[in-house]
This record gives sequence, C-alpha cells and structure tokens, in this order.
Amino acid sequence: MSALRPDLAAIASAIEPGTRVLDIGCGDGALLAELRASKGVDARGIEIDGGCVERCVAQGLSVVQGDADSALADYPHKGFDYTVLSQTLQTARRPDLMLDQLLRVGKQAFVSFPNFAHWRTRSALMLGGRMPVTRSIPVSWYETQNIHHVTVKDFRELAREKNARIEREWFFANEKPVSGAANLRAEFAVFLLSR
Amino acid sequence: MAGASQVLQLTDPLPLDGGGELHGAEIAYETYGTLAGDGSNAILLCHALTGDQYVASPHPVTGKPGWWERMVGPGKPIDTDRYFVVCANVVGSCMGSTGPASEAPDGKPYAMRFPVITIRDMVRGLVALLDGLGIEKLHAVVGGSMGGMQALSLAANWPDRAQRVLVIASTSRHSAQNIAFHELGRQAVMADPNWHQGDYYAQESQPDSGLAVARMAAHITYLSEEALTGKFGRNLQDRDTKSFGFDADFQVESYLRYQGSGFTRRFDANSYLYITRAMDYFDLAEEHGGKLANAFAGTEARFCLVSFDSDWLYPTAESRHVVHALNAAGAAVSFVELSAPHGHDSFLLEVPALDRVVKGFIE
Repeated sequence: MSALRPDLAAIASAIEPGTRVLDIGCGDGALLAELRASKGVDARGIEIDGGCVERCVAQGLSVVQGDADSALADYPHKGFDYTVLSQTLQTARRPDLMLDQLLRVGKQAFVSFPNFAHWRTRSALMLGGRMPVTRSIPVSWYETQNIHHVTVKDFRELAREKNARIEREWFFANEKPVSGAANLRAEFAVFLLSR
Repeated sequence: MAGASQVLQLTDPLPLDGGGELHGAEIAYETYGTLAGDGSNAILLCHALTGDQYVASPHPVTGKPGWWERMVGPGKPIDTDRYFVVCANVVGSCMGSTGPASEAPDGKPYAMRFPVITIRDMVRGLVALLDGLGIEKLHAVVGGSMGGMQALSLAANWPDRAQRVLVIASTSRHSAQNIAFHELGRQAVMADPNWHQGDYYAQESQPDSGLAVARMAAHITYLSEEALTGKFGRNLQDRDTKSFGFDADFQVESYLRYQGSGFTRRFDANSYLYITRAMDYFDLAEEHGGKLANAFAGTEARFCLVSFDSDWLYPTAESRHVVHALNAAGAAVSFVELSAPHGHDSFLLEVPALDRVVKGFIE
C-alpha cells in the first residue's frame, strides 16, 4: 500500500473488506487495483481520460469512461458501500451537487481535496499577491482544472448544509499526517461522510 | 481451397421469434485451440452481418485470411494456445448454416419461404451449438457490430452461459438511420430484375447488380469521412482528366465498385435481405418490457463495451446507452471509446489499443 498516494492509502485502509466501491475519477486505477488485491473489494471506476480507462481495463478492472459530473446519475440508489472522489471535487462544475450524488449512490462517501487554506497557499496569495502555485496546487490559474478551490472549513460547512455526517477525517502535509489546526496546516484533506 | 467447416445438425426444431420453428437446421462452425477438460476455456466469437465462421483460417471462396486473424491465434490477444475459440455461421447466412439458399424439405431452396429471423433466433442456434459441443459456460462471448448484438442477446436471454461479454462497435437497437441504410440495400436487391422475388437460384443470372449496390451503400457507412478522404481524396482512377462520362473517374468510385462486385461472389442476396432484417428488428429493451436495464437484471457476467470515435454507424452514444443500463442493473461493466480513424470498420483493423483492451478484459 506504500505505493499509493497518502490520501488514497488512508481511504484504502478505512474500507472494509468484501464491500462494493465506486471510485469516481479513478485515474490509472491504483486504488481499485489495491482494493481488489488486498481486500477482495468489488471495485468499479469512472474516469474521463480514455488512455487511463484503457490501462484500467487492460488490468481487468471494471472502469467506465465518462464525465464525473454526469455519469453518476445512472447509478442506482445506495448501490455501493462506498463512493470515492479523490482530488476531483475541486474540478467539478457543481461540487455541491456532486456531493449529493456521492451520498446517493454510496452508503458512505470518501472525499479528498487539496486545502486552499494551507499556510503556503495563504502566504503565496498574501505576500506574493498572485494566485498560488504550490506543491499541492501545482498548475497556474489559467490552465488548472481546479475551478472550485475549497478549504477544510468550507468543506465542513458544505457537509453541514447537506446534512452529511463526518464519520472520519484525515489531514496530510508533506505526505505525513497532520493533527490540529488542519485548515492552516493540511495540504490535503480526506473526509468520510454518510447521510 | 480450405476445408469445409464442421456442421452440427440440430435434432430439435429451432423456435423462432416470428412464430413457428425451423426444422432440421444446420450450424456450420470453425474451432481453434483445444477445449479444456472442464470446458472452462471456451470463447464464442460472433460474426458481423456479412462475416462468417472463418475467423482465423482462410476463406474457402475468396482464399483471403480469416477476418480477425490479427486478434485471434496463437499468442494473439485472443490466444488460441489458451482458449478454445468457436465461431459459427449464423442461421440465415450462406456459408454452411441453414439460410434462404438452403434446401427446404421439398428439395428446393427456401428462397423467400425462409422464415424471417431475429438476432435472438441466431443466438438460439449458437446456444444449441454450445450444447452440442458440451460447453455449459463460456469464458467469454465476443462480438463486433452485429456480433456485439448477439453477445448482448446471449447475455440478456441466457445469462448463465457467459462469464464475460465483450461488445465492440455495436448497439442495443437499430436506429432509424441504421434501418434506412438497410432498406436502401434491400430495395437495391429487390429492384434487380434478376432477383425474381427471391427465386433466382436456378436462374442463369443472379441479382448481383442489386447486391453490389447494397454492399456499396453499406460500405460507405463502415468508413469515416476522414478515412475516405485520406484514402482517396478526389484522386482520379487511371486517368489524368475527368472523362465527362459515367465511368469510375474517381478512385473512390472504382473502389466501391470493386467492393460491390467482390461481395457478390461470396454472399447470397437473399441472406443479405434476411440478416439486415434481423438487425433492423433488434431492440433488446423492447424484448424486456421496454427497459434495457431489465435485460440485464441480476446478471453476474462482466461486461466490456468498446466504441470508436470515428464510428458514425453505431456511435459512442449507443454504447453509452448500454453502459447506463448495465450500471442501473448493478452489473460489472467497463467502457472505453477508442480513438481510431477508420470509422465502424475500426474493430477489424489495426488499432493497438483495442488489442490491449481485448486481451486485458478476457484475462
């Protein structure tokens, strides 16, 4: 599990064996492959990039090429034990509606995202006066896919508005866990939600 | 000349969707590889409209290599060192399985007395063949175009017979445009004075002109505009200037005429009518209460659908429509739209990404 990104490793370790998981924006299928191999999970994915989908299918993973913003609507209510949205929320056209779909399709939902309120981002904006380009947000404003930057505090507020219960949360900086003052110190956040 | 295919004579009559039964039907088939002792390594390949059972062996009429030799064979993506591959000529066709050119019980060709068949009827014949070969559960059923329709029909109507279902460049229903092109082809055949209401088998001349026109029209739908432009552009054929006549001035005209006339040497015109009709009648949702997801309710098979971005005959939206239904049914499904320039025919041509997907999916 060491090869997984820290947020994916946290998600993988929290998922119960033998469950059904839908990974939205599954990329090259690293999480799905890990879950299938180590936990006997019925792992499915949605990915927009055809090359990634082809690599997933070539590994025998069940991955559908599609746009996360629209593809979820076809899935049955609570058809999965978990839905996973890793570092994709901030690219959604409507993150709030996406969260609704995640909690509709999955009994529980993992959401991970880069925290825009990390001190490095804050200082880049405050001192530099320009849109931050940092380790966790590495692409310039004009070509980034991140159209809805979000902070830990914002996300907690959205979860509250959506009547979603935060079951667990994980925070990382420098690929290591962070505890305390997460909105300032975390580069990445992972939440496990239910409703 | 390649040897004739093996033929299974069905002992039971074949029930047909249109009512009635087909008695004494024969299914001609080819196999490649060796069936495992426990029968677990069988892959059924389903052929397209004008395809046949010669997947990976030379065609007995044309002498050309099998239609999917690049995909099927020792060490190929569908590896005949590991899998036992079966491909049968569908009922209604003309390469050894019972069709309109076959002898009816009165000793004369069926011609238009042959019953109108459906995709599901074809699959009934294939399932009877599997029974005859002692194959209870397929490792996979694989098909492109009309072969994909058969794979979907098998998965929906005989859900216990296949563990994996691979559907390439296909659809769950024929669209108005699909039906329209087929009707054009059928009318071309039937307008040929040599067609004689289908009773041409004893005549000196066959409805070759009509069948050739049908093939030319269909062939256009199998290629993308980009492929036609890339291959022929506005290039002239064997001449430097336009003839100001109606010869095949353009290379694309010459090519289509060649495709049309070549086709008539290996295909029966009435079979073309019956098989295009079967495809037009295909609507998997209609068979299952109008809801495609019902067709796959409770399925335990794994599915993979592949479309090509340049295919305007069965465009990506048709594959997505099936994927949506499979998702709604909770089935394990993969789907990818591959980029290839050739149009619908991409599934038969050099597309390395397709090789990887096929190999990975059936592993």
